Amino acid sequence: MDSNGVGETATHIRQEIASLQKTKAQIEDRISALQARLSSCSSEDGNEETNSSAPRHTETTFSGQLSADMIYRYSRHLLLPSFGVEAQANLLKSSVLVIGAGGLGAPALLYLAACGVGRVGIVDHDVVELNNLHRQMTIKFGQLNTWTMYNSYGFATHTAKCLLQIIHTEAYIGRSKVESAAAACRAINSSVQIVEHKEAFRTSNALEIMRKYDIVVDATDNVPSRYMINDCCVVLGKPLISGAALGLEGQLTVYNYNGGPCYRCLFPTPPPTTACQRCADSGVLGVVPGIIGCLQALEAIKVASAVGEPLSGRMLLLDALSARIRVVKIRGRSLQCEACGENATLTEQKFRDFDYEKFTQSPLSTSPLKLDLLPAEARITSKDYNDRISNGETHVLVDVRPAHHYKIISLPKSLNIPFTSLEQRLSEIPAALAREKDNKTDDASRDASLYVICRRGNDSQRAVEYLHKMGFTSAKDIIGGLESWAHDVDPQFPTY
Amino acid sequence: MQLTLEFGGGLELLCNSVKIHQVNVDTQAEGMKLLTMKHLLSWVRTNLIKERPEMFMKGDTVRPGVLVLINDCDWELSGQLETVLEEKDVVVFISTLHGG
Repeated sequence: MDSNGVGETATHIRQEIASLQKTKAQIEDRISALQARLSSCSSEDGNEETNSSAPRHTETTFSGQLSADMIYRYSRHLLLPSFGVEAQANLLKSSVLVIGAGGLGAPALLYLAACGVGRVGIVDHDVVELNNLHRQMTIKFGQLNTWTMYNSYGFATHTAKCLLQIIHTEAYIGRSKVESAAAACRAINSSVQIVEHKEAFRTSNALEIMRKYDIVVDATDNVPSRYMINDCCVVLGKPLISGAALGLEGQLTVYNYNGGPCYRCLFPTPPPTTACQRCADSGVLGVVPGIIGCLQALEAIKVASAVGEPLSGRMLLLDALSARIRVVKIRGRSLQCEACGENATLTEQKFRDFDYEKFTQSPLSTSPLKLDLLPAEARITSKDYNDRISNGETHVLVDVRPAHHYKIISLPKSLNIPFTSLEQRLSEIPAALAREKDNKTDDASRDASLYVICRRGNDSQRAVEYLHKMGFTSAKDIIGGLESWAHDVDPQFPTY
Repeated sequence: MQLTLEFGGGLELLCNSVKIHQVNVDTQAEGMKLLTMKHLLSWVRTNLIKERPEMFMKGDTVRPGVLVLINDCDWELSGQLETVLEEKDVVVFISTLHGG
């Protein structure tokens, strides 16, 4: 029997992979840093459009516009009668700012870098997480990585999440999305100048960052950012390529372009916060933002190269499930618009002072809500709960997450009653409590206790509040939900 | 009057997750000669919306963040609530998305 030997070999291979990945990440860091230094050197030389890591581009150009290298690299664009040298030259002279390097930004960035936009800026404050990789891959050529393996656990559970996302690779987990995206863009096209803005886009820095670019791509994931980016584009007169995706649907349009409407012309009043779902809560099929992100790159390319009809005054709606794409006509610029209308008074100063979180009643950062509804005695930590069940306490654990969440993973012997159906299914709770009490014949005098859990500990508090009202006064919620269970009790317990 | 009504961007969740509804609005029973969007909205609210009507309407119109498209055209261009519907019109209600 050689099982030990096999085990050792596998361990050895894993160790070697880990060590090589570490070295690879260090080399990539070094390359990225050197490229950034090179590009700042070339800026100092007054050469802003091309990155001198590709010095041949700056050599004598043929036909006065494109170098030999460029002609070869972009030949398929040049061969298009409706695109050609002129459009390519426009593209090379243009600059695009992509705000958000996530599901939309990642694919958009790849195409913008590859197609030869002169300067591409990337804004994001976030770090790469494993659960982003299904939709934010940047494929480095020749390095289509092993990340699919990592989905093997999740695949059975989050079927909706396990498609590719193109920008960030596993080697970058825990590091800045901007660095990761920039490295991928440089790997595809080192002649493009990539500018890293590793910060959140806020009213305090927005004008300063955006001013340096011709076109803006909104690839963010929340309502206040969308209003803020729109207003900043209106103030600075920049066309805005706006994309959004959630679940199996996507939307795309171009705002503030050539007399067309801005975001506020369409949506003067922010939606109620309850109508704003996040990918982190509602899920998203990775390829859907991939498609919308690619379309955003396409619209940015059209605007930058002055070719075709950009999607202004129209909106593209994608329904991936039924394979339906419709392009609808939307209203024009509104004369009453508070940002771009006839009597609008939006200025740089007003923009800087505007509170977008207050206006939309939702936070700019995507950190999840943390409710605190209950008195301390109605709550219990996941550790305490674990101690109690280890001591054999008679109890019922009600999991109030939606049924499809419960299917992903759940604690043993928990009872799934989604929060939305708690009222109708309330009678199941006393029945379960009675059953538990009967099962414990040794100590029949004690009632079974009642605990409520959810994903993060918000709905469980709402549920306990309701249960108290309905007479189950001993009900307690487990603070921080299954996430705290995974964090504090069982590190092997999957999170999503 | 035969109409096709479509719900998207999450609004379908308010009508049993069904996106496309072929409906027949009996204008005579409703006691009206012309069917306007205003009438249709209240008909939808009564007949199709199964939960959380506040996620669909605010006052007598749609809530902020919902686009209404009549035959693939923003209803702002056809008179909003006063738009008069015709046989076989397609009306789409879509909630804007913000995710990415």
